[in-house]
Amino acid sequence: MHEDRQQFIQGVRDCLPTLLGYIGIGAAFGIVGASSNVSLLEIALLSLLVYAGSAQFIICALFVVHTPIPVIVATTFIVNLRHFLMGLAIAPAFSQYSMKQNVLLGTLLTDETFGVAASKLTKQTKLNASWMHGLNITAYLCWLLSSLAGAMLGQWIEEPTVFGLDFALPAMFVALLIIQLQQQAAGKLMHLLAVVGYTIIFMVVFSFVVPSHLAVLLSTMSAATIGVLTKR
Amino acid sequence: MTISTTMLLIIIGCCLVTLIPRIAPFILLKKVSLPKWMTDWLSYIPICILTALIVQGMWTAEQGKLIISWHYMLALIPTVIAALWTRSLAVTVIVGVVAMALVRMFS
Repeated sequence: MHEDRQQFIQGVRDCLPTLLGYIGIGAAFGIVGASSNVSLLEIALLSLLVYAGSAQFIICALFVVHTPIPVIVATTFIVNLRHFLMGLAIAPAFSQYSMKQNVLLGTLLTDETFGVAASKLTKQTKLNASWMHGLNITAYLCWLLSSLAGAMLGQWIEEPTVFGLDFALPAMFVALLIIQLQQQAAGKLMHLLAVVGYTIIFMVVFSFVVPSHLAVLLSTMSAATIGVLTKR
Repeated sequence: MTISTTMLLIIIGCCLVTLIPRIAPFILLKKVSLPKWMTDWLSYIPICILTALIVQGMWTAEQGKLIISWHYMLALIPTVIAALWTRSLAVTVIVGVVAMALVRMFS
């Protein structure tokens, strides 16, 4: 029990460096929501129940131009389908825990908590569930609070993009990617950099033919396949 | 504090389609363990998906043409340098946000 608590606190700590990203994007979302005529309660429920950064922006953008509900739901499905791949990649690290624990871990999985967990997995094969809960729950609360704060700020600010807050998310992805690459052994690094290159090429190609969120999924799966085939 | 029926339906629908792909792998992999080639393949997912998510913002596709977002490209440069140099999530995010704000201010 004591051990679990320590792990949970460590998870909270490991989440702290990512909070700035959540605050930036959460606030930007609240501002965008408020300027799309989405009420404070609706913003809170979106953050509480959908809890998916980029999808929430897209929902507001589609909502404001009166897109039919099934189209909005289908778009959200495609945008968030990447979590399925992320889940597949880290779920085996938690297979020793109960089903209840695993469902809870999946429920709160985000790009960032996945990134933090995946960078731990370069050094170990199993992860502690309490640690992951600490990480997930901190991120979740921070997202909720900052989107509410943003919604209130939104009464005064109309364009969050001027502050560069929207760039917090890609900046965090850059850091997570580079930290993971730096943890690799020199021999494997060249191979992984090549895989990064393939991913970029696939993104260019797929961007011509499918919407960008689908391009993310297809490029990831294609580049991972080439990665396996070209591994020595 | 209001909520429209339309938004309520959107939230319920989007909640379900987001939740199911999130928890499915955790339920699935609790029951079955994956073959070696599959875990090999999955080990590439973090790096590929992070790369793809970064690249996603570099351009928008319109009518078969890619329009490059130069603001995004410019802001990426100091962000990458900050990440390589500091290996810190927090510092990288701050550098990125400030860089983007400056790029927009001077263009």
